[in-house]
Amino acid sequence: MTSQAEWLRGTLLALALVMTGRVLAENGPDDGKVTNFLLDNGMEVVVIPDHRAPIVTHMVWYKIGSADEPPGKSGIAHFFEHLMFKATTNHAAGAFDRAVSAIGGSNNAFTSYDYTAFYETVVPQALEQMMDFEADRMRNLILNDNVIATERDVILEERRSRIDSSPQAVLGEEVDATLWQNQPYRIPVIGWMQEMEKLNRADAKAFYDKYYTPNNAVLVVAGDVDPEVVKALAERTYGKIARGPDLPPRIRPVEPEQNTRRTVTLTDARVSVPNFSTQWVVPSYHTAKPGEAEALDLLAEILGGGNRSRLHQQLVVKQGIAAEAGAFFQGTMLDATNFTVYGAPRGDAKLADVQAAVEVEVARIAKDGVTSGELEKAKDRYVRSMIFARDKQDSMANIYGATLATGGSVRDVEEWPGRIRKVTADEVRDVAARYLNLDHSTSGYLLPQTQARN
Amino acid sequence: MRCPILPSRLVGEGGRAHGSCLRQARGQAPLGRMRGAPAWHRHRSGQHPSTVLALRANPPSPTRGEGRAARVAAPLAILLLSLLFLVLPALSARAAMSIQEVTSSKGITAWLVEDYSVPLVAIRFVFDGGATQDPAGKEGLANLMSGLFDEGAGNLDSEAFQIKLDDVGAEMSFEAARDGTYGSMRMLAEQRDAAFDLLRLAVTEPRFDQAPIDRIRAQVLSGIIANELDPDTLAQRKWLEALYGTHRYARPEEGTRQSIATITPDDLIAFHRANFARDGLHVAVVGAIDAETLKKKLDMVFGGLPQHQALSPVADIDPKLNQQLEVNYDQPQISLQLAYPGVKRSAPDFFAAVLMNEILGGSAFTSRLFDEVREKRGLAYSVSSDLVDHQHANALAISTETRADRAAETLAVVREVVKRMAQEGPTEAELAATKKYLIGAYAINNLNSSGAIAATLLELQLDKLGIDYMQRRAALINAVTLDQVKAAAKKLLSAEPAIMIVGPKHGEAKEE
Repeated sequence: MTSQAEWLRGTLLALALVMTGRVLAENGPDDGKVTNFLLDNGMEVVVIPDHRAPIVTHMVWYKIGSADEPPGKSGIAHFFEHLMFKATTNHAAGAFDRAVSAIGGSNNAFTSYDYTAFYETVVPQALEQMMDFEADRMRNLILNDNVIATERDVILEERRSRIDSSPQAVLGEEVDATLWQNQPYRIPVIGWMQEMEKLNRADAKAFYDKYYTPNNAVLVVAGDVDPEVVKALAERTYGKIARGPDLPPRIRPVEPEQNTRRTVTLTDARVSVPNFSTQWVVPSYHTAKPGEAEALDLLAEILGGGNRSRLHQQLVVKQGIAAEAGAFFQGTMLDATNFTVYGAPRGDAKLADVQAAVEVEVARIAKDGVTSGELEKAKDRYVRSMIFARDKQDSMANIYGATLATGGSVRDVEEWPGRIRKVTADEVRDVAARYLNLDHSTSGYLLPQTQARN
Repeated sequence: MRCPILPSRLVGEGGRAHGSCLRQARGQAPLGRMRGAPAWHRHRSGQHPSTVLALRANPPSPTRGEGRAARVAAPLAILLLSLLFLVLPALSARAAMSIQEVTSSKGITAWLVEDYSVPLVAIRFVFDGGATQDPAGKEGLANLMSGLFDEGAGNLDSEAFQIKLDDVGAEMSFEAARDGTYGSMRMLAEQRDAAFDLLRLAVTEPRFDQAPIDRIRAQVLSGIIANELDPDTLAQRKWLEALYGTHRYARPEEGTRQSIATITPDDLIAFHRANFARDGLHVAVVGAIDAETLKKKLDMVFGGLPQHQALSPVADIDPKLNQQLEVNYDQPQISLQLAYPGVKRSAPDFFAAVLMNEILGGSAFTSRLFDEVREKRGLAYSVSSDLVDHQHANALAISTETRADRAAETLAVVREVVKRMAQEGPTEAELAATKKYLIGAYAINNLNSSGAIAATLLELQLDKLGIDYMQRRAALINAVTLDQVKAAAKKLLSAEPAIMIVGPKHGEAKEE
């Protein structure tokens, strides 16, 4: 096991050497070497060179997500993301899409709790044009009532498709609203239906003017580009936008101490195999004490990260009572986040058997900790995943974008494998013991109608 | 809830595909709700309602039937460059040709792109056959087999095999599709010898031990049961039966409660012997490996397999159109599926149909259906048309989901857009723009990672398009005339479609 770890460490070092030592013409000397700098107007820029293919991924991340929305306006962050594709004072509606499509590019956008991002993947020659369009819509969007009404219908359909048509999604939304009693992660990213229906032009305008500014944005460019060229292009495009007013620090309501075990149950005629999840409030990479979030990542991996994990081995393989069982941790969040375990029965086993067996494993890992073998293997998998991530430029862009939008730095990403390596077995046991208290947890149950009657 | 390990997830949130998620492909209910990862896209790119998936090739591979993923290649110069970079640095433009065809001494052929910029090797391969080869009464056999390759091989039992796989830092997966059984492996270059050794064991000496068979079968069964009351799954089943009748494409790939219960180790052994043979094998490799080394690996991994497959023939079938189905369930939306005739990959008017489909409802945000249904009227979040390209059947499928009280209006708009396309075809400007899109999009969508390149090379082989296809492709697209696209539109879209309506019974959605 140790030799494996040593080997991976060696590989990472070798990688660094390969990347910095590369002298071949087509593979630039800068492959993988991340550059970051600030424009004068406060816009942060990250460049991740990758010269394997003449493709560039251009992303603008705004440090604004659903958890920053004003009370009563749930869904405005996501709604606004849709509105960003409408006409501007310089371009008709659809012109940006057509420009991307004309060069065979792809584009889209997404919204989460802590950020909203827009991206295009194109040939490098089109990078400046993409920056022009993206800079234009940062400030010059035209919002009229007609556009608002039609696009609001679209997001209402999106909610019906994604949430209201799916019992699992409806339950998930209400488990979140129960786990989080005070922190804004209790509100779904897409918004509550009755609030979405009332979102209007004034809401959109206020949101735009407050948050869509260069000093609230991170530009991430990954691909076949030279950092100096990106800098010049960014200054010519984004650099022309005036800095917006300083935004207050993103300090949101946080959770009170949880003193109860909470449950949320949904029975539905479409369900025939029940399942459950149990969640805890835990620190994120941004809120954790040094090393704690890394320990939580390793805990999730060892407890329920895949088919070598304890939950899979115990419940699915050895006891044969579960169709599936696992755990996960969402570390890349601005505020405290959730740690989740889940399972579903198979055969004659009952949901209660599965939940009890999951809880046995949770209690065992909190009491006895993990073996050094388990820990080394989990570390290997994480470090390996960073090598695999380098094979796809948009994975790298996403890693940096999400980290920077949730309070992290380029250095945090670069040093992450090393910090993972440093976590000890005691630290993994300690976070399990500290946070995975079943008496202070929130469980969601999805049940068939027949079972509910029993 | 979605799989807790989504492909798009970030490191630190577990960015690897693991067994628990792979099992979803075998009908497991996904568990674990994502938060934090990109959740709300403007458009569900790459995702389609399950009822359409049923019509689509499986697994989704980026090039199979170009129009389907509807994303395709770069202007010639760009493409040449991209391959240049991907292959070997500092070669002349002729190096763009160097997707190498490698044939081992035992006669096993692979397409190879050598690339040392990231220290890994990706291999993807397929054996012809797939779920269509399930014997009657044993539906789900190919699917079950695909779950057993990492569950013990050679002298390693399930546990020992998985520990070893983890030790060598490789990821291996198998999937049974309708027309083939796919395998893929991604390995660290430094440990490729050990990884290839494990792949050899999995491919040539799977153990099919009773305990893992029973466990994976129980998981598949759980997935089947989990979907039994789901209206979308019921609708999908009904849709396939309506389109394909008694053809093998109508059968559920995961099998039924009854059929999977009958599967024995002998069935698996016989199926493996009949399907995993060298004359039905296609291989693509990308990454840090040279041709001479690969030849040895090919012989080592696949050389022990029998020479000839023993497949039962599968007939071609034209899906039955001109019919209407309804599955009623009281839910907030109605989903609409429409199936029109499709086009064979080998047909002379293939690219005319691809261009037409792209203009009608392709993946760019500029299609007519997207504009009329979503942008102008806000009737739906998602609307698209896709060319479905199976080995023995083709179709053009349109799908959307809309609020129940506007379903009739939505269906009328969709049918009007289709009718106008059938009668008038696209404009010259639409065609010119779409040609540029399809040409440019190929590299971006199909060559953006080692795995994607390997998948692309594999599909090119399956479609018998030739190793120089990427260089010819732009010219093939540019050669299509407006009249040819109009003819394709008329040919595909004049037919009366099969229509499926899933949702509350209102009746008003029935006809225009």
